[in-house]
Amino acid sequence: MADKPLFLERASFRRRRLGDAARVLPILALIGFMLPVWWLPDAVSFASGIVWLFGLWAALIVAIFALHRALIRAEAATIRASGTPPSEADWDRPDAV
Amino acid sequence: MPFETLVAVCMGYVVLMFGVAFAADRAAQRGRVRWLDHPLVYTLSLSVYCSAWTFYGAVGYASRSGLEFATIYIGPTLVFAGAWWGLRRLVRIARMHHVTSIADLISARFGKSNALAALITLIAVIAATPYVALQLQSVRLSFELFALQSPGATPVTSETALWVAAGLALFTILFGTRNLAADERHHGVVTAIALEAVVKLVAFVALGVFVVWGLADGPADIVARIAAASQDPARDGWVLRPDRWTALNIVSAAAILTLPRMFQVLVVEAADEERLHVAGWAFPAYLFAMSLFVLPIAVMGAELLPASANPDLYVLTLPQAMGQDLLALLVFLGGFSAATSMVVVCTIALSTMISNHWLTPLRLWLRRPASGEETDDLRGFVLNSRRLAILAVMGAGWLYHQASGGSEALAAMGLVAFTGMAQVLPAMLGGLLWRGANRMGAYAGVGAGSVLWLVIVFLPSVGIGRLPPLIDGVDPLAFAVFLTLSVNTLAFIALSIFGFPDPVERLQGLSFVSAIQPIRHSRAPGEDRAEPLLAMARRVWGPDQALRYFRAQAAAQGKSGYLPDLTPAFLTALERRLSGSVGAATAHAMIDRVAGGMSLTVSDLMDVAGEAQRAMKEAQRLEIATSELERTARQLREANDKLTALSVQKDAFLGQISHELRTPMTSVRAFSEILKTPDLSDEDRARFAGIIHDEAGRLTRLLDDLLDLSVLESGQAQLDVSAANLHDLIERALNAASATRAERAFTIDRDIPTEHLGVITDPDRLLQVLINVITNARKYCDADRPVLRIRVARRPANGPAIDIIDNGAGIDAARQSLIFEKFSRLNDPARAGGAGLGLAICREIMLTLGGDISYLPGQGGAAFRIVLPKHPPVGQANPHAGAAS
Amino acid sequence: MMLDILMIEDEPNIAEAVRFILMREGWRISLHADGAGGIEAIRAQRPRLVILDLMLPNRSGEEILADLRAEDDLGLAATPVLMLTARGQTGPAAEQADAVLSKPFANDDLCALVRRMLGQGGDGG
Repeated sequence: MADKPLFLERASFRRRRLGDAARVLPILALIGFMLPVWWLPDAVSFASGIVWLFGLWAALIVAIFALHRALIRAEAATIRASGTPPSEADWDRPDAV
Repeated sequence: MPFETLVAVCMGYVVLMFGVAFAADRAAQRGRVRWLDHPLVYTLSLSVYCSAWTFYGAVGYASRSGLEFATIYIGPTLVFAGAWWGLRRLVRIARMHHVTSIADLISARFGKSNALAALITLIAVIAATPYVALQLQSVRLSFELFALQSPGATPVTSETALWVAAGLALFTILFGTRNLAADERHHGVVTAIALEAVVKLVAFVALGVFVVWGLADGPADIVARIAAASQDPARDGWVLRPDRWTALNIVSAAAILTLPRMFQVLVVEAADEERLHVAGWAFPAYLFAMSLFVLPIAVMGAELLPASANPDLYVLTLPQAMGQDLLALLVFLGGFSAATSMVVVCTIALSTMISNHWLTPLRLWLRRPASGEETDDLRGFVLNSRRLAILAVMGAGWLYHQASGGSEALAAMGLVAFTGMAQVLPAMLGGLLWRGANRMGAYAGVGAGSVLWLVIVFLPSVGIGRLPPLIDGVDPLAFAVFLTLSVNTLAFIALSIFGFPDPVERLQGLSFVSAIQPIRHSRAPGEDRAEPLLAMARRVWGPDQALRYFRAQAAAQGKSGYLPDLTPAFLTALERRLSGSVGAATAHAMIDRVAGGMSLTVSDLMDVAGEAQRAMKEAQRLEIATSELERTARQLREANDKLTALSVQKDAFLGQISHELRTPMTSVRAFSEILKTPDLSDEDRARFAGIIHDEAGRLTRLLDDLLDLSVLESGQAQLDVSAANLHDLIERALNAASATRAERAFTIDRDIPTEHLGVITDPDRLLQVLINVITNARKYCDADRPVLRIRVARRPANGPAIDIIDNGAGIDAARQSLIFEKFSRLNDPARAGGAGLGLAICREIMLTLGGDISYLPGQGGAAFRIVLPKHPPVGQANPHAGAAS
Repeated sequence: MMLDILMIEDEPNIAEAVRFILMREGWRISLHADGAGGIEAIRAQRPRLVILDLMLPNRSGEEILADLRAEDDLGLAATPVLMLTARGQTGPAAEQADAVLSKPFANDDLCALVRRMLGQGGDGG
């Protein structure tokens, strides 16, 4: 990776930050779905639970939708900017053993 | 509603499904897959996740446990929240390896081990059989419900389940085993399932809307009723339990990845990973819609139906009790769709696994001819074994249904299957993310987890044995999930750490974890194996497809005919394509057998690495060679330019020499001819003789200069090195130069003390330079009151420098670079004597002495700096000096 | 009094030699020692013949010759020119000269050439 540029084009930078968001989103959702049940199981078992659960769920779906749209646009912008498709390694690079 | 109507509608619906599947298959065959390939169809096909268990059972589940039912949908939603970096990667890698099932994926990752795949197939079959039974049961129960309402109907017995099972088996065999495609996609099945998904959704949402706005007073009323339920002691089960909540989320998240049917629609049927952009949000939205009305139906069902009513069937009994026959029919069709689609996809996935990992390897092992060249039709065998497997799975489900008598609560079976398949998750995730994961770890993890699951989850659920008593407050299901998965994961990690993978496995590990194209080892078999390979491919794909593929590959290599060179690239491609039909392990084994027993060794692995490195080096070498070539061309061009310039310079030099020689010669000749004439006055005669003398002297000086220059330039000048005082040299130079234009009175500006500097050099040569420069100044300085400034700088770092500066007009910038060239005499009317070689000689002398002379611009006149070397020249200027003397 | 010959030559000794030789033949000759002002000198003195050195400071003989041939006054522009050159070869511009004489030259050759160029009747003593 030594020959990678230190600073990326604006489009590429944005795509990477969105990629970070895509990684964080499931974790945030997990916390949102788990924490209330561990913390206040009684409070979220009935009516208020329905509001919490379905509200969070709907918000999550909207968030996924918005994120994917933004990611696709950002990727397209990167391709336009660089003329080449973004390399796979940019957004998921497994740790080699 | 008459039962016959129901049966008729049901039959009509089945015919519709057959028709849709048939049309879609036809369209796909003709290459018209545009709408078939739409991401929405893909998303809808994922809804096979919502089987009859969720369609009917969710309401029952919610009646017993409240919001807990939602975990079954939230787990997958969380997985899809990570679709961008998680699922896309999974799909990409699976497509890359032409993976045909979850068992194939894990087997391919862990060194194409068929035993591992067979083990996972076994778990899948064990887990799926009760699950299929559950679907059959739900269809039977729903039929029974309608039959009970119409007294005159034929009594519904378990034969319904048999008929349903038979019909589904027919559908699956027809559309699931039509061909042995290399990519295992079933457009007909997927399209039919997508349509069923719509029916499911519409039915459930319609019922929900009816319940919320028809039976209750809208959402607020429902929420109020649920709030009231919190006071009801019968609803104590509704209080969420964190451990169960977490465990159920984990298993349902695992289920979306590992259930054979889910892997089939999510990964195997996906043409590419791009469709996950839509499915990423659309599938969670589908799940959201399917679960939104579950609690309202449960609440209203409990309120309006008698206490004896089975909550698992509220979705049917509620509209029936309210007299909504059409709605009940729609819901029935929804439930029917849920059950059938699940069974169809599940049996396709299981039959692929059974055929690829049990039957085909078994047959290859049983019938191993000595020559390694079978001629029979493997393709037919594979397809038939799949059909057989479909019948077997369906039959097992039916048998299980008959044996269990349908007494179990529906939800329990679904969770048992989920927990069982979750045992594959550690090996799957570990295999995709961790290169260190190895086959022994996978065996240990999957094995330990599934044995534990059998003992503490599966067998108790079918009434054999029971879970050992637990401490109070520990939930048995959560305990089982955490125990099996922890033991599984620990065993997997431990044996991965202590084991050492074989080369094939290491290669596959690299390919999976780094998402790079798999490579087959480089040792190519003999060319005579190409034909047996073609024969083998023909056995799998049939003659047409095999020939087409081989010819295309040969053409890609630039060969004509049907037999490509057996390059590693070709063997890799062939193996991957074959593995799309028969699984990675079998494909690998078959190619190995036909192409000659080549087991991959560590040294082969090194070869692969070495080959990659060689390719890289070759590319680098080419790059270097190219730049070298460019550099050489540039050098050649420069050399050519230089030669051209030199040639021009040589011509100019000869022209100059000619001019400089001819000019004095002209005077000499003209005047000597004049002298021959008799009538000359003595005065003229003397004057002309003087001119001849002067011009002869000029000629001599010119020849001396030329000789001097040539000696200096050739590096053969003899140096006479001794110590000298700069002050003395400057003094002598000023005296010698004073003869030039003696009429001009120069003011000499010196700094005497600094001049007293001892130098070791050739004093005569240095004096020559000083005289030349000072003479030039005297000749060319055009100031009215000429001043000559001489400064000596002692520079310990660089050696002493002598600056000689006049106050004339100086030399314009364009000419400064030329003055040290030969014959660059400044065009000056006042010039005298020298042939323009002076400064050229000065420079040669200074270079020979180890110093330099340069023009100093911006000194308010012509300014020269003579630099002496820091270390004096030793003895002679160069090795040639001795030879020259 | 009409001038016969204008010589433009920067080498004083050569100029002196030529002047001596041609004066002895009876021609009136004047000298100009620099390329600069050469054409003005020709214009002012209107000689019957110009002897032009090729290598001159500031303005070369070839340039002066080109200037002369480009004069508006056609009579002046047609003035015969004898080019003296110390180079082995001459440039294309020298072809506009009526004669070229290479240095060093024989005095008789110079005289004969000048005589031919001025015509026999040039002896205006």
